[in-house]
Amino acid sequence: MQFPFLSVIVFIPLAAGLIILTYKPEWKKAVRWTALAAGLIALALSFWVYFAYDKAVGGYQFIEKYDWLPALGISLHFGVDGMSVPLVLLTGVVMATGVMISWGIEDRPREFFAFLFILASGVFGVFASLDLFMLFFFYEIAVFPMYLLIAIWGWVKTREYAAMKLTLYLFVGSVIALVGALVMYFTSGARTFDLLVLETVKFTPEFQKTWFLPVFLGFAVLGGIFPFHNWSPDGHVAAPTAVSMFHAGVLMKLGAFAALRVGIMLLPEGAKFWAPLIMSLALVNIVYGAFIASVQTDFKYVIGFSSVSHMGLVMMGFATLNQDGLLGAGLQMFSHGVMTALFFAVVGMVYDRAHTRDIPKLGGMIKPLPLAGIGLIVGSLVSMGMPGFSGFVAEFPIFRGIWHTDLWWMALIAAISIVVTASYVLLVVRRVFFGKMPEEFEGHIPPINVFDKTALVLLMAFMIGIGLIPALMEPWVLSGVRHILALLGGV
Amino acid sequence: MNFVLPIFPEILLLALGVLILILDPFVKRDEARRPFLGWFTAAGLLVALTLSLLLARPAEPALVYGGMIRFDGLGFLFKMFFLFAAAVTALFFMDEEKLARRAEAYLLLVAATLGMSLMASAADLVMLYLSIETASIPLYVLAGFMKEDDKSIEAGFKYMLFGAMASAVLLYGFSLAYGFTGETGLYALALHFGDFNLLAAGVTFLVLAGLAFKVSAFPFHFWAPDVYQGAPTPVAGFLSTASKAAGFAVLMRLFTAVFPAVNADWSLILAILATLTMTVGNLIALAQKNVKRLLAYSSISHAGYALIGVVAFSQLGMTSVAFYLIAYVLTNLLAFGVVAIVGRVTGSDEFSAYNGLSRRNAPLALAMLVAFLSLAGMPPFVGFIAKFYVFLAAVNSNWVWLAFVGVLNSIVGLYYYLNVLKYVYLFRMEGEDEEKHPVPVSRPVAAAVVVLAVGILLLGTLFGPWFGFAEQAAATLF
Repeated sequence: MQFPFLSVIVFIPLAAGLIILTYKPEWKKAVRWTALAAGLIALALSFWVYFAYDKAVGGYQFIEKYDWLPALGISLHFGVDGMSVPLVLLTGVVMATGVMISWGIEDRPREFFAFLFILASGVFGVFASLDLFMLFFFYEIAVFPMYLLIAIWGWVKTREYAAMKLTLYLFVGSVIALVGALVMYFTSGARTFDLLVLETVKFTPEFQKTWFLPVFLGFAVLGGIFPFHNWSPDGHVAAPTAVSMFHAGVLMKLGAFAALRVGIMLLPEGAKFWAPLIMSLALVNIVYGAFIASVQTDFKYVIGFSSVSHMGLVMMGFATLNQDGLLGAGLQMFSHGVMTALFFAVVGMVYDRAHTRDIPKLGGMIKPLPLAGIGLIVGSLVSMGMPGFSGFVAEFPIFRGIWHTDLWWMALIAAISIVVTASYVLLVVRRVFFGKMPEEFEGHIPPINVFDKTALVLLMAFMIGIGLIPALMEPWVLSGVRHILALLGGV
Repeated sequence: MNFVLPIFPEILLLALGVLILILDPFVKRDEARRPFLGWFTAAGLLVALTLSLLLARPAEPALVYGGMIRFDGLGFLFKMFFLFAAAVTALFFMDEEKLARRAEAYLLLVAATLGMSLMASAADLVMLYLSIETASIPLYVLAGFMKEDDKSIEAGFKYMLFGAMASAVLLYGFSLAYGFTGETGLYALALHFGDFNLLAAGVTFLVLAGLAFKVSAFPFHFWAPDVYQGAPTPVAGFLSTASKAAGFAVLMRLFTAVFPAVNADWSLILAILATLTMTVGNLIALAQKNVKRLLAYSSISHAGYALIGVVAFSQLGMTSVAFYLIAYVLTNLLAFGVVAIVGRVTGSDEFSAYNGLSRRNAPLALAMLVAFLSLAGMPPFVGFIAKFYVFLAAVNSNWVWLAFVGVLNSIVGLYYYLNVLKYVYLFRMEGEDEEKHPVPVSRPVAAAVVVLAVGILLLGTLFGPWFGFAEQAAATLF
């Protein structure tokens, strides 16, 4: 039997979290090193899975299946396809870098890392699950630690409000999708939660049209789809750095991914019927998010709203239901994940030193924090879709995909967002890192430590690497897209 | 031997009660000997549990003792959980100053458990009524056990008045049933109920009202918050778990055995009752500032979730109710256990008493997190699976709207459970010197907390076998 890579990846963070909880509160160093070790192991394993995935063959690989509750057709069923394998890697990357960035947490680090790792297990679990019940199980596990992480270690001013808002939004979405999933379970007649079986069930078009919206939108809430995006900027801003990274970087993909896997892949007819609506909502996300981001003065809110805009592109790509759009969406999920993780890491570094995120009050940070500045510049270039960076590789196919649909004119409107994005990210780069440094900061900005540097370099490497050599990711996603297109009946 | 088996757990309970009485005068009432009676009771209950599991498992469902008792899987499953809940409660008693040294407290606990066990397997109206009273009267006394505390006396008195009223209503329903049919056996009654629709409606209405009180369902829930708040906390925990589960055991048996013909018409009414119970419980819980009152309202709403499974009225539905109750008993016992510990140390059950708990005693805070998130229905805790089954059963019987009401309600629940955790994890004590105010946990209570927390996690992840038990038990109803 083959080594059970996926279940090990899923349970390593959980095990590490539980081990950490048994430490004494004073053992802060041991807690950090254990966390780092677990993060690196998970990263190494997800790299292995990524490169060992046979993209020429495609389909679901690394399949593991154990009985969980056979009476109801529930099993512990792991497996990845071309769509999810980059996301597993993404989670590994963000988890490892998140631990490095959080090295300086002094308030109850034991609980912090334990909750963060429970969250990470939930995320890995969703990306690797091939069972609908299991998907919900891990999805909820990914949601509730968020509340505590934000409420306890978040930004004092808004943490209680933002944490509760976020948790309730996400919970509402997921439980509504849950009812949809239960209805699917009984209607299919197969009495199984196995996604591979449910994929082959042909639900009646009427049924699909009725249940597509609750299921898709229920998950898409976590993807930040308009008009349910409201929790996301507040949540990102209130969260501590590592949690913002996790949240914008990975958790929003969780919503998008679940919406794709359960909504579009199980109810393709419903997806076709509702695609124009989803595209319209995503268009609002893209344009509105970009405009709102451009008028923010809080550094972190800029990034928060830019995530709303970029996740709109992912949803847009899904809703095109064609090869280009889906391919772009798959790449965008990864690209945006590392990009936004980097953004939030930089924001955290600046805030920890300047104790303000008000853009007009900042300036000249490039001198004390050169690497953070370079990181932000690279992130900005990715974010505006500059060729040579991963953002371009992802966004270009999405626009091409929109062009091939009946709503081709949406591409024109969505393109406005690129201009707006370019304007605000460059403005932020200039105001925060260049210009004259305010006097009160002179000599008070200590350099970043080696862990921060490693994290930044790692994240940048992905953005540039995929930008220069798209073949490092594109074939993977493409193999996943082919499977989806087959389910859609070759649109 | 076969003659004893159906009431084997009850015989052991009776023996345990007598032993407690005999031992009491010999145990010195000084501090050193204090824990003896508690350990003895808990151990005795666990021995009874083990022996029953080994020796007295039911085979085919059978009516015994002239139709008084039905010896079947459902009754047995519930009995085992009553024994478990009583053992845990006995451990919690040991920390409560006024209860710990009083043999009466343990005796009453055992007597109430005896009554509940009989409730779970009673198959005759007379037996049913007697067992309900056997279970209730010790609980009235226990609720009012703190003689110096006005709140406790109020709780005991209120519980008794409401309980007596409910018993009267129930008895009236029983007498109607007997008067029209001349039968007292539940399974014999069933044969007559197809013909008399008006009678069936009247009887069902009265019986339902009486049992709604027991499980604190809307609109007979008013006693619960006052009684839970006033009663000693471990007693409140026992009331909200075992006593409620016993009520549900009777409800399940009555609805499957006696009223199947009526059920079609009553399902809608039960569904509305479930909706109101969930919603009212949850909405009022939002406004609470006292943890015990919050748990009281939350336990009302949980009765509503469990009712969803009864409404579904299928084998899956009954399985889901049984599983839900198992989950709920574990979870709520833990919640009340933690509340008892904190209440004893801080002298208050207000939310503010929980400020900084995670810094004062991190493992205890974690236990509270487990209990509250399980109540909110979050995985990997058992509450998630329990809710999942109930909703699954509802959708299976085409009650999609009821499942929607249920999930929306669980969102409200999540809000107020998280709200309490905010005090535990986020807020700090005045002066921010939590290190100087530790929350010590005595050994028996720590044992109980660990067992419950591990149980919640274990049932929440490895739920296969437990679902199997619940399924086998529910199957014996049909």
